[in-house]
Amino acid sequence: MAEQIYFEDVAEGDEIPALEKEPSTQQLVQWAAGSGDFYQIHYDTAFAQNTGLDGIIVHGALKHAWLGELLHRFASPGGRVRRVACSYRGMDVPAQTYRLRGTVTKKSAAERTVELSIWGENESGQKTTPGTGVVELPSRA
Amino acid sequence: MAEAPQFESVVTDEMRAQIGVPREPFVCEVTTTGVRMFARAVGYTDPIYYDRAEARRRGLRDLPAPPGYLGTPIFDPESSDPTGGTRRGTQAGVRSPYTLVLNGGTDVEYTGVDICAGDELTGVARLESLTERYSPALAGPMLVQVTATTYTNQQGEVVATVRGTGLSYGPRRDDG
Repeated sequence: MAEQIYFEDVAEGDEIPALEKEPSTQQLVQWAAGSGDFYQIHYDTAFAQNTGLDGIIVHGALKHAWLGELLHRFASPGGRVRRVACSYRGMDVPAQTYRLRGTVTKKSAAERTVELSIWGENESGQKTTPGTGVVELPSRA
Repeated sequence: MAEAPQFESVVTDEMRAQIGVPREPFVCEVTTTGVRMFARAVGYTDPIYYDRAEARRRGLRDLPAPPGYLGTPIFDPESSDPTGGTRRGTQAGVRSPYTLVLNGGTDVEYTGVDICAGDELTGVARLESLTERYSPALAGPMLVQVTATTYTNQQGEVVATVRGTGLSYGPRRDDG
């Protein structure tokens, strides 16, 4: 596990460690079970194509959860995730590299919270899931 | 800036009247199995989501809920939706006259109260806003619905609010 990042160590503009995913169709099925979302466009190619898609697509909520994991990795073990928000601007497909990234945009000393601009990007570098995150970090004091 | 093309509003007074009205509450169970399944599906490697002893060592009652997991709605074969698992009548949002839909976004905000396996959360959903705008990308109008669901634990503490943005556009329904 990574070493703890403290509130005092973080500066606005810092980029946090990225997280890389390459979702398999198996992972999408695991997500269907784990999240309870059994919409067929995420695991049934023929069904997805009948709705006009080229094939199955990654669940938006899974990309949201990956952004949550990005923030959890940054803040843990002593911090906590307070907010994960994102927009779904583009579709992503399995078996491609998807990168989750974030930069610190604001620090608030009152609650030791750090606001971040977070996003998921596809292999072409397009931000298909831009958003905002907030984490609470422990203090060195 | 060029003005957006004019379009006919599809929002009725009946739809607007839904804004702010709470739907029927629904109960979600946070369980060790549910936490592990969710964490495994996301790809977490932190043992806090799998090992109860590790969760307790780190000051928690039991396995914590990973970000985005607010328990599993209790399934009822009579009234639950087979695709999403939520009970009919519990979800907010109006029936759009447009036939094509997109998930526009998700915003999960926590209050800071721990959510752990063993908790029972009650969700209450409301339609928060209904807006219409012209989408250059879709070359047509779209209806944007924002819903907000508040989750309260068994002690009556609010633990999180989840906002969802639903977009609808395209051809209209025959009956709409």
